Amino acid sequence: MSAALVQQLVDGFAALMLLTSFALLAQHRMLSVLHWFAGQGLLLAATAAIVAYGTDNEELYISALMALLLKGMLLPWLLRRVIRQLHVHREVEPLMNGSLTMLVALGVTLFSFHIIQPIEKTSLLMTRDSMAIATACVLLGMLMMITRKKAITQVIGFLAVENALFFAAIGATNGMPLVVEIGIAFDVLIAALIFGLFFFQIRTTFDSLEVDTMNAHLIHKDDDE
Amino acid sequence: MSSASVQIIQAVMLLLFAPLAAGFVSTCKARLQNRRGAGVLQPWRNLRKLFKKEVVMAHHASWVFRFAPYIVFTATLMAASVVPALLVDTPLSLTADVIALVALLALARFFLALAGMDIGTAFGGMGASREMTFSALAEPAMLMSIFVLSLSAHSTNLTTMITHTLNSPFALHPSLAFAMVAMVMIAVAENGRIPIDNPTTHLELTMIHEAMILEYSGRHLALLEWAAMVKLLLFSTLIVDLFIPWGMTAQADLTGVVIALGLWVVKVAGLLFVLAVFETSMAKLRLFEVPEYLSGAFVISFLGLLSYYMLEVGA
Amino acid sequence: MNTAIMLALAACSTALVAALAPLILRQPVAQRTGLSLLLAVTGLLAMIAGIYGLVLGGDALILPLGLPWLPMHVRLDALASFFCLVIGSLLFPVAIYSQGYLRDEPRLTPLAIFMPLFVLGMLGVVLSDDAFTFMLFWELMSVSSYFLVTFKHENLENRKAGYIYLVMAHLAGLLILGSFAVLYAAAGSFEFSAMRDATISPFWASAAFLLAGFGFGTKAGVVPLHGWLPEAHPVAPSNVSALMSGIMLKVAIFGFIRVCWDLMGPGDFQWWWGALVLAAGSSSAITGVLMALQQHDLKRLLAYHSIENIGIILIGLGLSMLLAHFGHPMLAALGLVAALYHTINHALFKGLLFMGAGAVLHSTGTRDMESMGGLIHRMPWTAALFLVACLSISALPPFNGFVSEWLTFQTALMAPQLGGALLTAIVPFSAAMLALAGALAATCFVKVFGVVFLGHARTEVAASAHEVDNWMKVGMAIPAVFCLLLGLLPVLFIPLMDSVPELLLHASLAGSIHAHGWLWLTPIDIAHSSYSAPIVLIGMLVLGGLAFWLLHPKGRTIRRSVMWSCGNPHVNARMQYNATSFSQPLRRIFAGIYRPEEDLNIERSRHKLLADNVRYAVHIGDMAVQYLYQPIGKLTLYAAKLLQHEHQRGIHAYLAYTFITILFLLAVYI
Repeated sequence: MSAALVQQLVDGFAALMLLTSFALLAQHRMLSVLHWFAGQGLLLAATAAIVAYGTDNEELYISALMALLLKGMLLPWLLRRVIRQLHVHREVEPLMNGSLTMLVALGVTLFSFHIIQPIEKTSLLMTRDSMAIATACVLLGMLMMITRKKAITQVIGFLAVENALFFAAIGATNGMPLVVEIGIAFDVLIAALIFGLFFFQIRTTFDSLEVDTMNAHLIHKDDDE
Repeated sequence: MSSASVQIIQAVMLLLFAPLAAGFVSTCKARLQNRRGAGVLQPWRNLRKLFKKEVVMAHHASWVFRFAPYIVFTATLMAASVVPALLVDTPLSLTADVIALVALLALARFFLALAGMDIGTAFGGMGASREMTFSALAEPAMLMSIFVLSLSAHSTNLTTMITHTLNSPFALHPSLAFAMVAMVMIAVAENGRIPIDNPTTHLELTMIHEAMILEYSGRHLALLEWAAMVKLLLFSTLIVDLFIPWGMTAQADLTGVVIALGLWVVKVAGLLFVLAVFETSMAKLRLFEVPEYLSGAFVISFLGLLSYYMLEVGA
Repeated sequence: MNTAIMLALAACSTALVAALAPLILRQPVAQRTGLSLLLAVTGLLAMIAGIYGLVLGGDALILPLGLPWLPMHVRLDALASFFCLVIGSLLFPVAIYSQGYLRDEPRLTPLAIFMPLFVLGMLGVVLSDDAFTFMLFWELMSVSSYFLVTFKHENLENRKAGYIYLVMAHLAGLLILGSFAVLYAAAGSFEFSAMRDATISPFWASAAFLLAGFGFGTKAGVVPLHGWLPEAHPVAPSNVSALMSGIMLKVAIFGFIRVCWDLMGPGDFQWWWGALVLAAGSSSAITGVLMALQQHDLKRLLAYHSIENIGIILIGLGLSMLLAHFGHPMLAALGLVAALYHTINHALFKGLLFMGAGAVLHSTGTRDMESMGGLIHRMPWTAALFLVACLSISALPPFNGFVSEWLTFQTALMAPQLGGALLTAIVPFSAAMLALAGALAATCFVKVFGVVFLGHARTEVAASAHEVDNWMKVGMAIPAVFCLLLGLLPVLFIPLMDSVPELLLHASLAGSIHAHGWLWLTPIDIAHSSYSAPIVLIGMLVLGGLAFWLLHPKGRTIRRSVMWSCGNPHVNARMQYNATSFSQPLRRIFAGIYRPEEDLNIERSRHKLLADNVRYAVHIGDMAVQYLYQPIGKLTLYAAKLLQHEHQRGIHAYLAYTFITILFLLAVYI
């Protein structure tokens, strides 16, 4: 593979990354959110592998493998189990109208492009073009956390933010040192497990996974005391 | 061979192959559903039958109803003759750029919708209302994907755009991929295929196109059906032109044209086969999910624009 | 003094004579004929003066009128000539139309006085060359149009509309005056020539731009300053609505171009001016058409479409501003030409639409679309001419609306020439909004034509409608012909208006437009984009003729029969889709914007599945009125209440106020 082709592939994956972030925002059903999330993990793995190939950086292959196993398979599988066992409603419940969310998302993307452009010019890496997209994906993940009612979708939003940060790390510095990366990966895994446990706990306490309900309960409790 | 004669061959070809293309799609669908199907020639047989039949019109139908089929048919045919299929630079291709091409199809749709209103039934108005609404919502996505395509070619003339693609070295362009997905989604909606509308049903409460032409008969109906088939082939050719033009000839010599014809048939058939697979594997959308589908197409085309600036300008 | 300006002044004097004529002519017939004849002459003179001015160039002149130290300066430059042409080309057919339209009008005198004064005001604004003359004629235009809006003052609706109109027109006048004040401070003179030469600091230039933008924007009906427009246009007599919507809004556009492009100049432009105009244009276009889609009062619907089209013009102007700022005068000229082309196009087709609506109103006595239907059988001529206007406004080839929207798209496609990431993405977005607005306009006019002219008659009045007289037919036919000609031959018309960008931007399009002969419209170059309306029309005529000839039944006639009704024998006119049902999908899709107040009543006496009677009512208010105007109104009332008790004190308090004011002024100014 020539360097130009590697560059184009990285750009292509960056574009797909942006697409998956938008798709996560646009989905109506919990399971399809999960599918897109898994797709994003696989995409990350592929990007890491390509960048590893392009820069002859062997540590990145390990990152790629970790992304594949953890983000592409393990986490989606865990979440899927949680969804199955909790019988969470299949519909994702957004707080904001769908088209409006999309417009805001487009605006956010445009904004991050506007902000990153001056920084990009100073970089010489072959992955520099994807910086703006990585930033946009981080913001879109946050947007997803803001605009959804269910705790599970918020967790997926959180994980999407983490994915985007991973992508940004590949883009900005050709990957973080392996130790850091392994640390983060385990953190995320543990976080996901804890979230999973919490879901069950929350459910038994509040009878619901909606953040609003939890708020209402807490406030109510305060009044009681 | 002069380019004018290729132009005529091309236009006649689009006109005559259109029923075959429609027949091809339905045959593919039939096979995918384990049926035998009526064969690729069935649309031609239908048209021949309709042309022979008597025309019946409602008492109060006005001249709009009577002449709409001719206007729809000629506007579609005019649009079809503008699109290059074999030769890159045909005499008529400069008549209208992509935006004008879309406007010609809009002219056809305008009269079709008026004809739907003219008969004064609930069905006609319903079809007209839905057709115009959904096509209006499709328009921004259409324009945006044209915009993305014109960014690298600096042109909206089909000939220039095709030449640009043919002459530039092969490279992956994420923006073009986005534009293509959006364009295909819009083409599906504009042609009233599944998941937007089902061209094979009559008297369904969710029908759009069929509701407008419910009252037509005889040669008028034949013209409208034919126009719809030409439109399908026109959009297929347009997508092939814009995204996979390789094989089209720049000189109007016999061998070039023959090769271009062969490749065009293969490419269009491939595209139509994909359409058949999609139509078989998907269910029709609920009517009020269509706007979401269309705004999805717009978002995708806008992502194409953004990724062009993010990834391709700097590189 | 050259011929062009002489003709223009002759047009003004004819209008003045027309305004005075009713004082001598007392008979309604004489008044009507005098009004139509003199206005037709005015229109013709203005048209010729415009063409002369554009081709041969105009002249400046100082009239021995006005204030002692500031005589009236008039000037006919390329910009003024173009707008003279716009005014004349609609005024002429409207004058002919009026001869028929006003036939049954018993009380003609106010109309016969104020309509010529209104025309005089518009011509004066266009010709003026100093701020004083400009404001004088501007106010003449506003006040006389107020009297035209309240012509049928016995209706409460008209008085209310007139009041809102007067308030907003004066607010606009005040803002424009402010803009001139800023320019006066820089130039030290009220004369436009001094303002052109003066240099102005970026801050004050922006102040003048904002004041002018809001002032002229209010008059042009830019969202959210459009509140008066959908109230005032429908209630005026239709020939006046045609003038108000067709020309008066364009005079506001003229004022905006005059102040920004001419008095300040492209050198003063900031990038955010263009972005602001672009945003205002896009939002006007979308809001206008979305509101129009939900109307069932024919003239009110057309009024909302005026807002949409003003938005389209502003998109062209905003693009031009942006491109001029970033140093592309040629492309800026293209944007300006697109906007100007749409200006004259809109004048023609909107005038025609209002005349058509007037014809329908004249023969059915109602503006409510829900009680029309099937008029194409009773009024074939009106229907055909109205259809031409519908096709034009829907931007369909080969008519004129398409050409100007196409040129606007071509300008927008030049966005990559602009610097900055934000602009290069915002411009395509507004182009997409333009595409949406254009397609929704087509939806709306399918509704209008379908509900008014096609189908079955919904009421008795619609069933017994009659065709209008020849005056009105001719009045409508002239703009229809122009619509087709401007759509077919843009290559011949654009060089005529080329002197406007030459004057304002020092860039000419003549080279690229004309490069490939009259057949091909090539705004930038032929490799970039091209469009040939004549070939499209000829091609369609040939193909359509061929198809018709091949398929025409030789000896076989078309069998007429009752329409198919799924076996239900009781089909009646109320089963048709009407205006409200046609727009139902959009009402549902854009429910978040419309916030419709729906009321559904189903009476069931026999069984819960058997409805005896279903009533559905929907009301959609204007968002701007609801969320902007009413709060401002309430705030004003509240402030007035706070001050109320101050008014109730005795004469001594008032004397004390005066005294304190004098002391304050002395302290400040001496």
